[in-house]
Order: sequence, then structure tokens, then C-alpha cells
Amino acid sequence: MNPAVREAEILVVGGGAAGLCAAAEAAVAGARVLVLESDLHLGGQLVKQTHKFFGSKDEFAGTRGFKIAGKILDEMASCKDKIETVTNANVMGYYPEDGVVTVMVGEDEYFKVKPARIVMATGAQERLIAFPNNDLPGVYGAGAVQTLMNVYGVSPGDRVLMVGAGNIGLIVSYQLMQAGVQVAAILEAMPNIGGYWVHAAKIRRLGVPILLRHTIKAALGDVVVEGAIVRSLANGETFKIDCDIICLAVGLSPTAEILWQAGCEMKYVPELCGYVPIRNARQRTTNDDVWVAGDAAGIEEASSAMVEGRIAGLDAAASLGYEIDESRFGVYEERLKALRSGETASRIRAGLARVSANGFLGGMTSDGFQ
Amino acid sequence: MANGETENDLRGLNEDDSIVCRCEEVAMSEVRKWIAGGYDTPDELKRLLRVGMGPCQGRGCREIILREISSMTGVPVSEIPPGRIRPPAKPVKISLVARDYTGGDGR
Ligand SMILES: Cc1cc2nc3c(=O)[nH]c(=O)nc-3n(C[C@H](O)[C@H](O)[C@H](O)COP(=O)(O)OP(=O)(O)OC[C@H]3O[C@@H](n4cnc5c(N)ncnc54)[C@H](O)[C@@H]3O)c2cc1C
Repeated sequence: MNPAVREAEILVVGGGAAGLCAAAEAAVAGARVLVLESDLHLGGQLVKQTHKFFGSKDEFAGTRGFKIAGKILDEMASCKDKIETVTNANVMGYYPEDGVVTVMVGEDEYFKVKPARIVMATGAQERLIAFPNNDLPGVYGAGAVQTLMNVYGVSPGDRVLMVGAGNIGLIVSYQLMQAGVQVAAILEAMPNIGGYWVHAAKIRRLGVPILLRHTIKAALGDVVVEGAIVRSLANGETFKIDCDIICLAVGLSPTAEILWQAGCEMKYVPELCGYVPIRNARQRTTNDDVWVAGDAAGIEEASSAMVEGRIAGLDAAASLGYEIDESRFGVYEERLKALRSGETASRIRAGLARVSANGFLGGMTSDGFQ
Repeated sequence: MANGETENDLRGLNEDDSIVCRCEEVAMSEVRKWIAGGYDTPDELKRLLRVGMGPCQGRGCREIILREISSMTGVPVSEIPPGRIRPPAKPVKISLVARDYTGGDGR
């Protein structure tokens, strides 16, 4: 009746920064790992990042994103007999009654896996906002535009209006200009720029206005985007900007469907940008067989995603009885602490303190992050 | 950047016409009407309007709906029942599931 239920010691869902680090770490400890990635290639967000990363030296700060992915893949290659990766493989469901996970490869293949342990590293999805004509072709998420340009070499259009001046809005604007696409303006509803100043300064030097306290009121056009009406939140004035592309860079939220299905206790934490699972200091959720790492655990950065992945992979392997060097946890926890020590990380610290509800975060309470 | 005159451009455009769920083409006006009628949880709106039931399974609209419920009812997003999220996370052909179930050719 049920011929094709595959076994796996550790299933990693999502082959981005967090998932790949979890896989490498668990495999080095001796566990057999299956990585399922819905995209056509491994690396997650990293593969489309052509800029040099901020973060920590241990996690390759100063290196361009796609090269960081390459380094983790090299590390995985050193224990390749332990790791199987399948791309174009969407994890569709988790059935907590029997711990079976369903997977669709492309659109024409379907199989089941029954893993002993799971690391969820499904990353994030782009947040959208509603405005009139937001369904016109030409309205994109900024991440989608970045994928088109940097992964597929396709220019999205001629003249872009960027909505959002956080790091993603700023970086994608800069990369659009590098690709020869005009950026008409960057809108930001807040009274200040959310992204790093280095990125904003580069863009200002190229003459692109960053309009603070402005938002999009409507997209214009009959069959495709031909412009946008912008509104000042300061005085209510509206004006028109000519553009053929509108890029939304208004934030990300954790991709959590499979965590919900797994019955993990979830909590809405605005500082982490959405619903995230309660977990302990080793990234283990309230479903004993499930760990979480990276943006799926709260929107942060690649550096911390990688360290969280390592902790999750190591702990999942240890839970299966593989002998690990316990002192690694201390090393990784120190790295996280350092990454989360600055002023800009105060939001993250506050958010993490909230997912430790009921003292579940164990050894690492909010003080641990100070 | 063309400054000034926008009334002409905005004519006939209403915030209520914004599309909330692009997969199922559900407009803001519909969502607002039902929230005002007391259907103020994502699960109720899903059953009434099919929001979140298309190819993306709510990835685009779930948050817009939560924010709209919150702004109309004054209940913070964290206190709105989030709704149930069931498998599959993406639409799947019934033939694939059937084939897998019998382990053969679907019979
Ligand atoms: C424009 C931009 C610039 C950035 N710049 C920096 C920077 O300079 N420094 C920095 O530290 N960080 C930066 N980041 C953030 C960084 O890229 C992310 O924090 C990091 O990639 C998170 O890693 P992750 O593994 O959690 O998620 P991701 O890299 O998103 O990987 C998740 C993977 O899971 C897969 N997946 C999801 N659901 C499923 C499923 N159901 N089945 C199978 N697979 C699934 C996805 O396809 C994806 O490949 C940037 C992000 C963006 C968008």
C-alpha cells in the first residue's frame, strides 16, 4: 500500500545559509542527512547576493554572498557520502501523527520521507502591501527582481520605483543601477533610512532621491505599470513618478507553514517579523523532533542564520546519539552573542527574549544575549 | 519626476479596489465588507472568500489580511487567531497523490 516511504536520519528543509550549515555540521558529526530544496539550486538567498556581506569574520563577512554559498558547499563536499541533496523538491506537508513528510519534485513526482529528526530552514518570504492596481504586471517584490537580474540575467524593465529603504531596498536599487536600470526614487514611510548608511550613501551619490515619509498611493497603467502616484505622509501631497517597474521592499516574514503543520508552538513576535516557533538555546522547538534555524526562526542575517544552522545540526545529531564535541556549542553561542551585541541588534534581542516564553529558551535567556 | 496634478490619474482608483489575494483575485472592498460584518478571523474570511487558497497558499495575503483585521477591529495582530495551516503547502495534482497511495499506476 505504502511502498515509497523513504527513511532519513536528519531531514533539512531548505538549502539556504542555515540549512546548508546544519547539514554540514550534522554530517561531520556522522549523521546521514537529506537536504530538500525547492529552488533549482542550493544556496537560498546567498546565490543572488553579488555584494560583499556584513556580519562576522567567522561567517565570511566581506565576502560576496554567492561566494559564501560556494564555501559552505565545499565544506559539504568534504563529507558528501553522508549528505544527499535534492533540488526542485518542495516539502509540502508534515503529518505529526506518524512523522511523515510529503515532498513534490517539480510538479510530476511525489514521495514521502520519514525522518528521525528535522531541521526547518525554510527562510523568509516577501511582505506585500495593497494599493490600487497592485495586480498590474510590473509590480514585483524586490527579491524577485534581484533573482531575475542576478540569477537569470534578465533585466526587469527600464525605470524602477523602489518602495522601502531598508537594506534590501537599498541593495537591490544599487544592483539595478549596476545593471543599467534607472531608479526613479526610493520611498520610505519612516522618517529615517532603515538600511545601513554605507548602502544609502552610495545611492545618494548616484543622484537617486530617497524620499522619507513617503508611500505609494497607487500604481498607474492599463495593462502594465506606467507610473505611480506617491503620497507624502508629512503633508498629504501627492505626485506622479514615471516608472515601468514598482519594487516592494517592505520587509520579509518567516516562512513557517511546515512548522505550523508540525504542531510547533508558535508566537507572533513583531521584532522577528511574524510568527516564529518557541525554541530552546539549541534551536529545538516544542516538537521534540524539530529544530529551526535562520530566517524561519526570525528575520535576521546570514551570519546568524549560519550559526543557528550549525547549532541545530549539531544538536540534532547529538540527539541521535552521535558523539559530538560539546564545547562547539559554547563557541557558536559566543558567536551569536557577538553578532547580536550591537545597538542595531537590540530589536533582535528583544524578540528572542519573547520566544523564550515559559523559560523554554533554557540556558540562554534574554540576558544571555546582552 | 512629474510634480503636481494627480487628480486625473487617480480618478476611478479607490483603495478599496486594491487586490488583497492575487491568486483568487479578491479585492480589499470584499475583505473589508466581511470584517465589518463580524467575520474577523483569517479562517472565516478564507471560507467565505477563498483568500489564501490559491497557488501561493496565503504567502502574499495572509499578512495583509491580519493587518486589515487589526486596523478595523483594534485587536493587535498577535491576538488575532492566526488560522489553521494544513498540508499541502502548495497545490499538488491529485493524480500524484493517488499514484503514491497505491504505489502503482493510480488504480
Ligand atoms: C537583498 C538582500 C541582501 C542581504 N544582504 C545581507 C548581508 O549583506 N549580510 C547578511 O548577513 N545578510 C544579508 N541578507 C540576509 C540573508 O540573505 C538571509 O538572512 C539568509 O539568507 C537567511 O538564510 P536562510 O537559510 O535562513 O534562508 P534562505 O537563504 O532564504 O534559504 C531558505 C531556503 O529554503 C527553501 N525553502 C523554503 N520553503 C521550502 C519548502 N517547503 N521545501 C523546500 N525548500 C524550501 C527556499 O527555496 C530557500 O532556498 C540579505 C538578504 C537580501 C534579500
